[in-house]
Amino acid sequence: MTLLHWAILAPFLLAIFVPFLYKYLKAIHTGWFVLLLPVTLFIYFLQFLPNTYNGNPIIETVNWIPSLDINFTVYVDGLSLLFALLITGIGALVVLYSIYYLSKKREALGNFYVYLLMFMGAMLGVVLSDNLMVLYVFWEFTSLSSFLLIAYWYERDKSRYGALKSMLITVLGGFAMLAGFILLYLMTNTFSVREIVEIAPTIINHPFFLPAMLLVLLGAFTKSAQFPFYIWLPDAMEAPTPVSAYLHSATMVKAGIYIVARLTAVFALAPEWIWLVAGFGIFTLFWGSFNAVKQTDLKSILAFSTVSQLGLIMSLLGIGAVSFHYTHLEENIYTVATLAAIFHLINHATFKGALFMMVGIVDHETGTRDIRKLGGLMGLMPITFTIALIGSLSMAGIPPFNGFLSKEMFFTGMLRAVELDLFNFDTWGILFPILAWLASIFTFIYSLKLVFHTFTGKYQPEKLDKKPHEAPIGMLISPIILVSLVIIIGFFPNILSYSLIEPAMAAILPLGLDERFYVNIYHWHGFTPELYMTIGVVAIGLAMYYYLTKWQSIYKLHPEKLTLNKFYDGGLITLENTSDKFTHSYMTGFIRDYLVYTFAFFVIALLSAMYMLDALVIDFSGLAPIGIYEGILSLAMVIAAFVVLFAKSRLTAIIALGVVGYTLALFFVIFRAPDLALTQLVIETVSVALFLLCFYHLPKLKQELNRVRFRAVNLVISVGVGIVVTLIALSANSTRLFESIAEYFVEASYEEAGGKNMVNVILVDFRGFDTMLEILVLGIAALGIFAMIKLRTKKEEGHEN
Amino acid sequence: MKTNDTILQTVTKVLVFVILAFSIFIFFAGHNNPGGGFIGGLITAAAIVLLMLAFDMKTVKKIIPFDYKKIIAVGLIFAVGTGVGSFFFDAPFLTHAHDYFDLWFLGKTHLATALLFDIGVYLVVVAVTLTIIQTIGEDE
Repeated sequence: MTLLHWAILAPFLLAIFVPFLYKYLKAIHTGWFVLLLPVTLFIYFLQFLPNTYNGNPIIETVNWIPSLDINFTVYVDGLSLLFALLITGIGALVVLYSIYYLSKKREALGNFYVYLLMFMGAMLGVVLSDNLMVLYVFWEFTSLSSFLLIAYWYERDKSRYGALKSMLITVLGGFAMLAGFILLYLMTNTFSVREIVEIAPTIINHPFFLPAMLLVLLGAFTKSAQFPFYIWLPDAMEAPTPVSAYLHSATMVKAGIYIVARLTAVFALAPEWIWLVAGFGIFTLFWGSFNAVKQTDLKSILAFSTVSQLGLIMSLLGIGAVSFHYTHLEENIYTVATLAAIFHLINHATFKGALFMMVGIVDHETGTRDIRKLGGLMGLMPITFTIALIGSLSMAGIPPFNGFLSKEMFFTGMLRAVELDLFNFDTWGILFPILAWLASIFTFIYSLKLVFHTFTGKYQPEKLDKKPHEAPIGMLISPIILVSLVIIIGFFPNILSYSLIEPAMAAILPLGLDERFYVNIYHWHGFTPELYMTIGVVAIGLAMYYYLTKWQSIYKLHPEKLTLNKFYDGGLITLENTSDKFTHSYMTGFIRDYLVYTFAFFVIALLSAMYMLDALVIDFSGLAPIGIYEGILSLAMVIAAFVVLFAKSRLTAIIALGVVGYTLALFFVIFRAPDLALTQLVIETVSVALFLLCFYHLPKLKQELNRVRFRAVNLVISVGVGIVVTLIALSANSTRLFESIAEYFVEASYEEAGGKNMVNVILVDFRGFDTMLEILVLGIAALGIFAMIKLRTKKEEGHEN
Repeated sequence: MKTNDTILQTVTKVLVFVILAFSIFIFFAGHNNPGGGFIGGLITAAAIVLLMLAFDMKTVKKIIPFDYKKIIAVGLIFAVGTGVGSFFFDAPFLTHAHDYFDLWFLGKTHLATALLFDIGVYLVVVAVTLTIIQTIGEDE
C-alpha cells in the first residue's frame, strides 16, 4: 500500500470515526473535523502536477484478487489528476459550506458526513483506478452514497422518491457498464485501462466491440444524466444543497464524462462512438437548456442547466474523438473540441458549484426556492447577488468570465464538425452548430432568469416565511472562492492550460513521439463566426428574455402525458402490475395446478429427450412367457384401478385401492418374493385402515359424494405420464448394457454373511446403511404424527390470510 | 349399553400368544427364511393392536407400560450402535461378523451381529406402528 492508495481509502477510514466524533465532541460541528481531510488531500494531489506536466504518469499496484486479474492499481495522469483535484477541492469548499448550512442541533450530522466521505472516497477511486473492476466497485459506491445523500431527509416523501429514481437509473447503467467491462476483458484479456488502450486498434472488428461500447456508454449516459436518462437529476434536488452542489453539479455527474474521456482512446476509431457521444450530447444540451427556462424552482433550473452543460461537454468529447483519425497533430483541427471539453468541465464545476451554494443561501435566508415568490433581494443580499450575477453570466457565456472562453471554443468545435467529411457528417453535421447555438440562447435566457427573477423586481415579503438578510460570512466563503476562480480563470485562462489542460488532453488524445499540446486561450481572436454566434446569442437571448411571457406558452405544447417522467412512472407501475399479473396467472395457490405444471414438464422433457437422443428402443426378444396367473392378476388390478378412477363414493375407491394392494402382494407371491408379499399384505392392511379412518373423519358439511370431475387437461397429462413411463420402462428393459450384480449376492450371501435369506442379508448386511436410514424415516414419521396430533395449538386469532 | 365381549376377549387371550410366538419365529427365521425384523415387528404390533381392539387402550397401557416413542430411540440406538461397534474392530461402518458358537443351552448356534441390527429394526417398527395407532386412537 502506497500513500496514493491510502489517499483513496482515507475518506472511508475517516467515515468510520465520524460517528464517534459526532457523538462525543458535540460542542464542535462535526464538519470541522471532516474539512481537514479534503484540504489535505487537495494539497497532496497538487504535488503531482509536475509529474503530469512532464508526462510521467504514476502507477502503483496493490494486489487484490490477482488470480482474477483484479488489482487495486492507481494511475495518476493528467485526466485523473484533474478530476482528483476537482473532487478534493470542491469537496473541501462544500464541507466548509455545509458547516454553516446544516444546523448542529437539528440535523443528523454523523450520517451526513459519513455518506459524504464515502462518496468522496468512491469518487477518488473511480477517477484514479486503472483496473476496470476496481473502477466499477467504486462506481457503484458513488451510486450508493448518492442514494443515501439524496434521501438524507428520509422522512420526506419526495426525497425517497428522488433517491429511488436515481438509484434505479444509475444502477441500471452501472450494471450495463459492468457487462461492457467484462466484454472488454473478453476481447483484450486484461482489466487494465492502459493495456486495453494499447490493444485497442486490434479489437475494432471484434464482434463484442460494438456491444461493449453501447453498454459502457449506457453506464456513462445514465450517470452523467444524458438524454433520456437525465430525469433522475431534477428529482435528486431534494437532497441538501451542499450535496446538490457537490454531487449533482461538480463531481458525480462527471463520472460518466470521465469514463467517456478515459475510454475515448479505446473506442474512438469507431464512427458509432463519435455519433453516439456527440449526438446524444448535443441533443441533451439543447433539451436541458430548453426545459430549464420553464422551471420555477431555483434548484430545478440549475438541475436542467447541469444536464445541458453535461451534454455540452459530452458532445465536445464526441467531436474531439475525431482526432483519432488523424496521425499528425498539425493538421488535426479537432483537438480543440477536447480542449474545450476539459476547459468547460473545470469552468462548469466552478460556476455551478457557486450557483448551487447561492441558491442554498437564498433558500436558507428566505425559506423558499420558488422563483415566483422571490424578487427584489438585491438590496438585502448584495454579496449573494454578486455571486449569482457572476456565476450566471459565466454560465451564459458572457465575457470576461470563464464561461465565455469555453463557449467560444465550444462553437469552434461544433463548427469544425461541419467540415468533417467522415461518417456522413457532411450531411448531418450542420445540425451540431445549429443545436448548439439554439441551446446557447436558452442557456442565456435561464441564466438571466435565475439572477433577475430572484434579485430584482418586486420585493414580496408577505410571501416569504422568514425575513431575509445577508448570509453569515462562513456560508459565503465557499461561493466567493468559486466565483473568484470564475473571474481569475476568465482573465488568466492560461494558468490552467499548462498545469491541468495540456496533461489532461494528452491523457485523452493520441500523441506522436515528441509531440505535445500547446494550449493558449485568448479572449480576443478576431472577427470569427464564433464571435458572431455569441453576439447573436446575446441579442436574441435578450429579446426573448424580454418577451418571455409572450412565448412561454410553447411549453404547454408538450403534453404532460408524453414527458419522460410520466413514461418512467408509468413504466414502473406497468412493470409492477405486469409482473404481479404474471405471477398471479400461474401461482394460483392450487396444488392441482402446480401438479399439472410438474407433470406437463415431466412429459414434455422426457418425451423430447427420448426423441432427440433417439432413446426409444422396444425389443421383446428377451422377455419371459406370460402365464395364466399373471394374466388374471393383471386384469384384476386394471379393473380395480379403473374402479378407483370412476368410483362414485370414496369408500368404493378405498376398497378398490385395497384390492390393488392385495393383488400386488399376490404378484409378489407369483414372482417369488415372499418377504415382499408378507410386508405388502400387512402394510396394505394398515394403510387401508388409515384411509378408512380419514374417510370416517371427513367433515359433514361439505361431504361430497360426487364423482371425480372430468377435466380434459388432466386426462391428457395423466395419459401422457402413463405413456412416458411405459415407454421408458420398455426402452430400459430392451437395452441391457451390462449384467446384473445379482449373481454376486447369490454367491456371497451365505459364504460371506452366513445367511440364506438373500433379501434379508442384503437389507441388514450388504445394504444395512439404507435400512438404518429407513427406520429413521419411520421414526420421524411416527414422531411427526404424534407431534401433529398432540401439539395442536388453538387457532391463533387474526392470523394471516 | 356395555357390550359383552367375552368371546372376543377369551379368543384374544389365546391368540395373542400365538401371534407373538409367530412374530418371534418370523423374526429369528429372517436370516435364512422369509421373515426378518420388519415383518416380525409388524406382526408383534398386530398382536398388541388385537389386544387394544379386544380390551381398550387404558388396559393395554397397563399391561404394556412402555412409552413407544422411547422404544423408537432404543431401536435406532441398536441399529446405529451395531454400525459404530464395527469401529472397535478397525472395520468400516456397519461391517457385520458371524460365526458358530457352542452355547450350553442351545448347542451349536449360529450368531451374527446382523441380528443386533435386526433387533433395532424390529423395535423401531413395533414402536412406530404402535405410536401411530395409539396417537390416532387417543385423539378426540
